[in-house]
Amino acid sequence: MRRGLLNYLLVAVCILLAPLFFSGSYLLNVLVFAGINTMLAVALNLLVGYAGQISLGHAAFFGLGAYLSGVLTTTYGWDPWLTMPVAALSVGILAFIVGFPILKLKGHYLAMATLGLGIIVYIVFNEWVDVTGGPSGLSGIPNLHLGTLVFDGDRRNYYLVWSCALCCMLLSCNLANSRLGRAFRAIHDAEVAARVLGVNARLLKVQVFALSAAVCALAGSLYAHVMTFIEPATFGFNTSVELLTMVVIGGLGSTYGPFLGALLLTLLPEFLRVMRDYDIVFYGGMLMVMTIFLPGGLVRGIPGLWHKPLALRRAKGDAADA
Amino acid sequence: MLELQGVTQIFGGVTALKEVSFSIRADEITGVIGPNGAGKTTLFNIVTGIYRQTAGRVMLEGRDISTVPTDRLARLGMVRTFQNIELFGQMTVLENVMVGLHSRSSSGLFACLFKMPWAVAEERRIRGEALEWLRFAGIEELAPVTAANLPFGKGRLLEIARAMACHPRLLLMDEPAAGLNSQETLELSALIRTIRSRGVTVVLVEHDMDLVMSICDRIVVLNLGQKLAEGTPREIQDNPEVIAAYLGDE
Repeated sequence: MRRGLLNYLLVAVCILLAPLFFSGSYLLNVLVFAGINTMLAVALNLLVGYAGQISLGHAAFFGLGAYLSGVLTTTYGWDPWLTMPVAALSVGILAFIVGFPILKLKGHYLAMATLGLGIIVYIVFNEWVDVTGGPSGLSGIPNLHLGTLVFDGDRRNYYLVWSCALCCMLLSCNLANSRLGRAFRAIHDAEVAARVLGVNARLLKVQVFALSAAVCALAGSLYAHVMTFIEPATFGFNTSVELLTMVVIGGLGSTYGPFLGALLLTLLPEFLRVMRDYDIVFYGGMLMVMTIFLPGGLVRGIPGLWHKPLALRRAKGDAADA
Repeated sequence: MLELQGVTQIFGGVTALKEVSFSIRADEITGVIGPNGAGKTTLFNIVTGIYRQTAGRVMLEGRDISTVPTDRLARLGMVRTFQNIELFGQMTVLENVMVGLHSRSSSGLFACLFKMPWAVAEERRIRGEALEWLRFAGIEELAPVTAANLPFGKGRLLEIARAMACHPRLLLMDEPAAGLNSQETLELSALIRTIRSRGVTVVLVEHDMDLVMSICDRIVVLNLGQKLAEGTPREIQDNPEVIAAYLGDE
């Protein structure tokens, strides 16, 4: 437990000090996105990594949060600080209601249902032009502010977004090591056995789905206020898949996996720009290599790369001795 | 304690159980035996709400539990173990038992997320009690091991410790001795007796006749989905119908 806290503080300090070491506002801007992606990946990991329930529609909750914040501030003149909890809460409640029928499904069927949910929401963003502005998007969303301090620069946004992301990581870690976190993991490993032991699998799955959606909505709100402009394309199917990829590449059901996955998948495309049209090839290739050789994700895979040859050598040594 | 009244289960066109009725007395060890395909595991699945019977009723301490969902049964005092042990493979041995204490703890989502003091206190209680149950099953030293890496015999003990952590009044065990060597089976029968001495009623489905005959107070014999006989081990051993079912008619 102590060591866990130490690791966490180390990561937090690294993140908070990072902007001191580079000046380019471009990279800082990319890192702001990485922070938002971290929140999304941490949220999705609660559902996919711990409770073992897939979702191919999480971009919908991200988008709902962003649009709720965007519409409430621009059209109705709400204060941005007020819209954030309202967006998170209402999306959480919506997910809770939708979750009951959807989470009865398993595996491929659950994937299809969540995919459908994502597509429906995406269509609403596009077609409900009066409210959402349709495909041309919604602009003029106000920045967040603390008294006279307005979060408009890259550096300020960096600290805003990453403080939220760090909070999410801490809370997700707390949850994973609590009685509910254990119940989620138990459902993942052996649902019938968990139910026999008194774990209300049905309710817990819906709860974690709602929580995960609410955190995504919060990230969406933050995104809207940081960007001041949102459009439906950001919240489409591609984003849902990207989020899932972040969680899988980072390491399902781990504390820092989603963070590493989000960081890698946000930064890598930027660096791959130099390869022009071939970047997508590299990207796809990397995904294949990762899933074949590091199925446990980066967090478990990298230490494994070190330990495995070591264990092999030791085993060979033992065989030679015998 | 537990009473089955005319339980019938039909899968498609196959009648797996046909009007099975018997009752389990409190504080006894009851064995359910029968040749392969007699419907023993189906019976357990019905009693624990995993299947819903086609007809008949199951009563637990005078209460009809035919429609009670599986996860509520643990709170009513009934827990089972599985024939092919069902562990939470990616969790540690200790965490497995801690899940067993889920129904006897209550911290909600908010308290767990923010590590509220009462949730932390409860967590400490859960951990302490889980360790006690590991000690009870004699696998305390395996607490930090990932459950998937356990040898089969130890997995069995873990499953029993996990079930006991629920504080059941009725424990159903599906072939607890399957896959165990003779030494392990001996230890298992001692453990089952200890469990009974703690006031837990035990029902076991088992193929190991030595085990059944030595520890059971009463035995129910199933054959082809029907109850063939019921009685003490001695009565069952002398019952010609049972002998015929096991060895075949001449």
